[in-house]
Amino acid sequence: MAPLIVNEIISPDTNLLLALLIGIGFGFVLESSGFSSSRKMVGVFYGYDTTVLKVFFTGAITAIMGILFLSLFGLVQMDYLYIHPTYMTSAILGGVVMGGGFLLGGYCPGTAFSAIAIGKIDGMLFMVGMFIGVFLFAEGYPLWEGVYKANFMGTTTMNEILDIPRGVFALGLILIALAMFWVGEWAEKKFPREEY
Amino acid sequence: MSEVKKSKYINPYIGGVLLGLVILAAFFISGRGIGASGAIKSAIVTTVNTVAPTHAENNWFYEEYNASHANPMKSWLVFEIIGVLIGAFISGAYWKRLKLKVEHSPKISSKRRLIFAVIGGILFGFGSQFGRGCASGACLSGMSLLSVGSFVTMIFMFGTAFIFAYIFRKNYI
Repeated sequence: MAPLIVNEIISPDTNLLLALLIGIGFGFVLESSGFSSSRKMVGVFYGYDTTVLKVFFTGAITAIMGILFLSLFGLVQMDYLYIHPTYMTSAILGGVVMGGGFLLGGYCPGTAFSAIAIGKIDGMLFMVGMFIGVFLFAEGYPLWEGVYKANFMGTTTMNEILDIPRGVFALGLILIALAMFWVGEWAEKKFPREEY
Repeated sequence: MSEVKKSKYINPYIGGVLLGLVILAAFFISGRGIGASGAIKSAIVTTVNTVAPTHAENNWFYEEYNASHANPMKSWLVFEIIGVLIGAFISGAYWKRLKLKVEHSPKISSKRRLIFAVIGGILFGFGSQFGRGCASGACLSGMSLLSVGSFVTMIFMFGTAFIFAYIFRKNYI
């Protein structure tokens, strides 16, 4: 049955309209969770506000379990879903550079859009920086194309490299997330700050 | 006074479940996850295509992108991001948070906050290309399908920020 677009249940134009609606849901969740505030975002690295940790991992677990159940009941064909490809060198490098950007800028791209929508000027400046950063990468592309494409591992998944069933990996991740939530709740009590 | 001023946010675990459902809807309907940096890339490529078409043909980055995208601005992520702006605006309006302002720690000036925002944006924009997506596309959506690269990028992203957090504490606390 799903994905609807691949099985031609909806037209490409309807797909774009639904992308808009999905975006509205995404933006609403980001803003109402407090991600339009950089001080709330970065709080996770200082322990005074671990909202990012809780929302991010609850979201990941919900999506992972949802996809597991949908495919179990035959409602979604896993083969048609886009799996993020793994280029190991570039995945590590990207993570490190983005981590720096997150800490200095106080946002990630999605949350910066939600901050801009409610009038945060720092969010707008972050976005200006984003455009510069992507443009610099594009212009210098021949310089780092080799690194960008190094160590390609295809669409490998965690359960494949660990050689365990998907469900077992999901269960493990849920337990790790619960442990992190517990640490997060503890940290918020230990490093209390007023709500921003 | 403080009671009145206090912003209202939804419970983070409920927010997380809702976020997960949004990702699920994206996979169910469109076979792909949510994202953000891809829309910026679309806008950059479109601008270069328009302003310097010869340059776009001579640079592999634009060439590879144009070869796989007929019209960069008529893309899923561009529509999704327009939605994000609308959705966040609705939420901000509902909880009365619509206000033009620079948010920063009382220990630093607005100017310092804005300079750091630009630098952070440049790093994030640059890094998101290596990561083939940002926190939403590469990390969250990729993790939903258990992609190894997504878990690696997520761990290094949070890890790097966590390691260097102490140096920049004045900016936020």
